Amino acid sequence: MADNSSKNSYWSANLRLIIISLIIWAIVPFGFGILLRPALMGISVGGADFGFWVAQQGSILVFLALIFFYAWRMNKLDREHGVDEE
Amino acid sequence: MDQYTLNLLFVGASFALYIGIAIWARAGSTSEFYAAGRGVHPVTNGMATAADWMSAASFLSMAGLIAFVGYDNSTFLMGWTGGYVLLALMLAPYLRKFGKFTVPEFIGDRFYSPTARLVAVICLIVASVTYVIGQMTGVGVAFSRFLEVSNTAGLLIGACVVFAYAVFGGMKGVTYTQVAQYCVLIMAYTIPAIFISLQLTGNPIPPLGLLGEHQDSGQALLKTLDQIVTDLGFNSYTGHHSNTLNMVLFTLSLMIGTAGLPHVIIRFFTVPKVADARWSAGWALVFIALLYLTAPAVGAMARLNIMTTVYPNGVAEQPIAYDSRPDWMKNWEVTGLLKFEDKNGDGLIQFYNDKNADFTATAEANGWTGSELVVNNDILVLANPEIAQLPGWVIALVAAGGLAAALSTAAGLLLAISSSVSHDLIKGQLNPNISEKGELMSARVAMAVAIAVATYLGLNPPGFAAQTVALAFGIAAASIFPVLMMGIFSTRVNNKGAVAGMLTGLIFTVVYIFLHKGWLFIPGTNSFPDTVDGSLLGITSVSIGSIGAILNFAVAFIVSNMTEDTPQEIKDLVESVRIPRGAGAATDH
Repeated sequence: MADNSSKNSYWSANLRLIIISLIIWAIVPFGFGILLRPALMGISVGGADFGFWVAQQGSILVFLALIFFYAWRMNKLDREHGVDEE
Repeated sequence: MDQYTLNLLFVGASFALYIGIAIWARAGSTSEFYAAGRGVHPVTNGMATAADWMSAASFLSMAGLIAFVGYDNSTFLMGWTGGYVLLALMLAPYLRKFGKFTVPEFIGDRFYSPTARLVAVICLIVASVTYVIGQMTGVGVAFSRFLEVSNTAGLLIGACVVFAYAVFGGMKGVTYTQVAQYCVLIMAYTIPAIFISLQLTGNPIPPLGLLGEHQDSGQALLKTLDQIVTDLGFNSYTGHHSNTLNMVLFTLSLMIGTAGLPHVIIRFFTVPKVADARWSAGWALVFIALLYLTAPAVGAMARLNIMTTVYPNGVAEQPIAYDSRPDWMKNWEVTGLLKFEDKNGDGLIQFYNDKNADFTATAEANGWTGSELVVNNDILVLANPEIAQLPGWVIALVAAGGLAAALSTAAGLLLAISSSVSHDLIKGQLNPNISEKGELMSARVAMAVAIAVATYLGLNPPGFAAQTVALAFGIAAASIFPVLMMGIFSTRVNNKGAVAGMLTGLIFTVVYIFLHKGWLFIPGTNSFPDTVDGSLLGITSVSIGSIGAILNFAVAFIVSNMTEDTPQEIKDLVESVRIPRGAGAATDH
């Protein structure tokens, strides 16, 4: 069984990972897709601009990447801190 | 073979498949009924979650909403997928580790409060019932269009099929039927899209076709579309024309609401391990993304197809004559969802934006006295294969797909309602000593009653059926998601804080919606118009859930910090939920 300090470092590593992921989760759709779109008009993607692409397709791809990255990283953290399921 | 026989064949075959699965996957225990015995593979669960989640609204309405508005309705695409990140990172693994059967059960245990559990049950039932009405009306519409039976008969057939697999199979039956339903619905959605993308752009992958070149005009598809619609006085397709604050808040409300909808959350109770819950959320989004990446392509291409059907020689030339309109227009005119009115009596179909003041001069110069064609958003996906002149079996497949989308979501919602009634109300409050057999029976009876109520409401939809989806998301976002998240990430939030937070979020959101939509949605009883400029806070009622969620968090923290600390056993419970080890042991509680 994992001791308390190991549990604490596991939880703070998890929180760090969640915070970083959520910053990306927020910046991509709300930033690139909506608020910063006017500033990014110069970049064109297939007949429209970068912001339009992010709003219609890009953010979904980023969400997918975030979830799989988190799952992979956490399953590794579980093992490193000895809290994984046998 | 005529179209009617084909439709009957495809829909009949898909229903036979669902019933077959129901017989194979009968639930024998409460664990099988509530959580499919926790033996579902993460990929299988991902597929079932995708079908559970993608409703008649995703399948039938979303592409239409994007087609007729363009960029501004990207909110649905981002909002209905972004919630899965919140689920995967902040809820699913921990609730799976907790190892119980319902969402209110976690809230009741974590906040050591039967009151909190009861408030959660009420939120769950209101959110799920309002949501299920839309699915049942969707079933009726799809049946009446494709099988030429009455709305009532169609709805009753649908209800009997759901009854067969949900009452006997519980979560186990629902899970495996949802996998089959996912396969039907995704084929039905993507196959016509592939054909249409090939016709218009030569690219067989619709999301790439959207970014590709329009073969007839030789320039980018989106540029062509922007030109055509602006030449007719409509807003440009790729431009931003809505209120930015509301666009952000609406997207956020959809995201938080998605993560707080109980019928989605309970799907993650069915996988064997915590690690599986993390992967499973990813797989769910993969299967959802297949449809959600196709939807914007379907929307743009359908809009372009409609425009070029009405203006076959370009928008500078005369539109098509009413007498030579294509068959799909005739078919949909019968349903009343597509209307033509020859306002200037020239026998031609003028279709333009008559609400645009800047365009009035052009229209008058052309002798146009108003736009003569009205197309309902919801017919777009169903009519798409006909518009693109695809073979009859594709149309039949789309009919089966629409029904699969509506039925799978209805079953998931009904399961969330019935397990909450039997497990949280009957076992949790009324009769804690009920035997497993008795609980299983009461779960089945609750399911049957829920189906009867949903069918009744589907047959007699309250006038506000379409508006209640905003209510369902508002409640899930403002009451359920915040307490679940605080229950996991804070050891300090106590029973009083949770109840105060939930009630604040709930009451604020419901009152705000009623102030703008009318009390209990009765027309004329609203105090403010539901527009950006007229509304109380400059926020429309569909976007208010995210504000309700913020209030919920704030009130819960303030009240918790003013009252006593949580007991040690609750701190221990939170600690154990945070650690994956030991999830197997929690299984059979």
